[in-house]
Amino acid sequence: MISHIIIAPVLVHLFTAIVLLAFWEKILAHRIISIVGSLLGLIISVRLFTRVLNGPILTMNAANWDAPFGIVFVGDLMSTTFVLLTSIVALAVSIYSATGVSKGRIRYGYFPIFHFLILGLNGAFLTGDIFNLYVWFEVIIISSFVLLTIGGRKPQLEGAVKYMTLNILASTFFLTGIAILYGITGTLNIADLSQKILLVEKRAIVNMTAMFFVIGFGIKSALFPLYFWLPSSYHTPPSAVAAVFGGLLTKVGIYGFLRVFTLIFIPDDFIQLLLMGIGVMTIITGSFGAVIKNNLRRIFSYLILCHLGFVIGGLALFTEIAFIGLIFYLIHDIIIKSNLFLMAGLIRQLRGSMDLSRLGGIYGQYPKISLMMAVVLFSLAGIPPLSGFWPKIYLFDAGYQSSNYFFICGIIIGSFITLYLMAKIWSEVFWKDPKEEANSLDHFAPMPLFRKALLVFPIAFLAGVTLMIGLNAEFIIQVASKIAGEMADPTPYIEAVLVK
Amino acid sequence: MKSVILQTATRYMHPILLLFSVFLLLRGHYLPGGGFVGGLVASIAFVLHSIAYGTQQTLKILHFNPLSFITAGLALATLSMFLPVFFGYPVMTGLWLNQPFPVVGLVGSSLFFDMGVYFVVVGVVLTILFTISLESH
Repeated sequence: MISHIIIAPVLVHLFTAIVLLAFWEKILAHRIISIVGSLLGLIISVRLFTRVLNGPILTMNAANWDAPFGIVFVGDLMSTTFVLLTSIVALAVSIYSATGVSKGRIRYGYFPIFHFLILGLNGAFLTGDIFNLYVWFEVIIISSFVLLTIGGRKPQLEGAVKYMTLNILASTFFLTGIAILYGITGTLNIADLSQKILLVEKRAIVNMTAMFFVIGFGIKSALFPLYFWLPSSYHTPPSAVAAVFGGLLTKVGIYGFLRVFTLIFIPDDFIQLLLMGIGVMTIITGSFGAVIKNNLRRIFSYLILCHLGFVIGGLALFTEIAFIGLIFYLIHDIIIKSNLFLMAGLIRQLRGSMDLSRLGGIYGQYPKISLMMAVVLFSLAGIPPLSGFWPKIYLFDAGYQSSNYFFICGIIIGSFITLYLMAKIWSEVFWKDPKEEANSLDHFAPMPLFRKALLVFPIAFLAGVTLMIGLNAEFIIQVASKIAGEMADPTPYIEAVLVK
Repeated sequence: MKSVILQTATRYMHPILLLFSVFLLLRGHYLPGGGFVGGLVASIAFVLHSIAYGTQQTLKILHFNPLSFITAGLALATLSMFLPVFFGYPVMTGLWLNQPFPVVGLVGSSLFFDMGVYFVVVGVVLTILFTISLESH
């Protein structure tokens, strides 16, 4: 069904960014406008999500050019779910940034760039054209370069160089893949590609093109063996930026994987084996990397990798139950990873450090904040009935049904190490007696109540969402099943785009 | 660097370059040209002026901070992109007036989009170059 409003989540953030530019250097105005814009974005995303959940797939032909020729925007349930999650994280991060980001950074345009980033993310999730997807990726990485370097501290620049080099390489691979794909099929529309790729006789070329996409998206979503840029750059920017990066940026790469490998390149045995190998190795390297680190944000960076492995392994199984598991996992993961980085930022405000050896005693001093964080940590570890638990049941089930014990071992190792890390963080950060000098670095206690609320509210909000995902799992499973149905049988998607 | 030759030449070149940039902007829909190239030529006009007379003088004749050109351009482009929605068309559809204007030709919403691009390019180029030149002094 044609609907002109599906582009609205993109336009809201564009308008917000323009209004923010008009109020250049007015810090208070920036904070308020950003929060209002993100709130509007959230309302629109919720409406779009409920419309698609209860109705048909929505499409919009940009500039009124018909589908295989013009750029088409498609709002199916997967896209709108991702847009909704993006908007939730964007709102939390906007509120957190109001106090969590320094005035200097705001003066140099932190908020407009933040909204350009969210705009790029929403665009990437909504587009139904593979080249347009590349363009949105560019919008995302250019904004993220600025967010990563704004402030200009030396470690930031060092992290940004690694990030930039690898991401430009990834874009080049992605673009080359698109060029070859266009060469062999003559179209860029994803729905059209999905039909025309079947007519290509030389399957070797198709598989080779798939490898370009594996490398391109693999670098962007930081999968084994191309992950090393992530842990060496995500601990450098302010925590608010790291929250968006950790929660959403790598997930765009994963979204690319999900789209491309369910619509264009239906995996054969070789690609399944390859993705499974990548997935399990990502789990193992990510979790072992996290074990040896002592800085909170570095631990969380490695955990991002570890848990992306679950998703890619699930994609490799390529059964509907695995799809339910991985979509549920992504829904849980986007919210919780953003929250972890916000929490790391708050802990830094409480103790002036993110080093495990210099932290301690937060539970004794701030019991309520600690309990809130405990909910998040337990959800991440997957303790029933919290949100990390449910998707793993589905992933296990899918693994047993396809007798893929390699994957099951991977999940067990990953989950076990996550549990161990959560216990370690809990005892080191919250329980252990603090070193004496730690209390003198508390920036949080002298803050006025309003600023405290602005720091704690986003974390509580995201923790609440996580709790809802865990306790209201039946609804999430319904959504995930419907998305899994769309992924397993793309006919409705193709019909919605191509048939008038 | 004060050079009488350059300053005198600039006095003639500056308006010609600006006129040429508008010409490029207007012919850009079907022929080579358009907002991006037009914007670059217009910013060259101002860069030339700043080399001849100094960046402070150029900022004075510009009246506005180069950064506000970016804002205005983005706003213009976004509005012209969003305008078709009010007429029941998808975003970015080209809306055209029936009667051609003298000199300019047919006017449509894409002209305003191109003008938006023109201002963004002027704003970006001047912001970058003037920031560098003001810092190096």
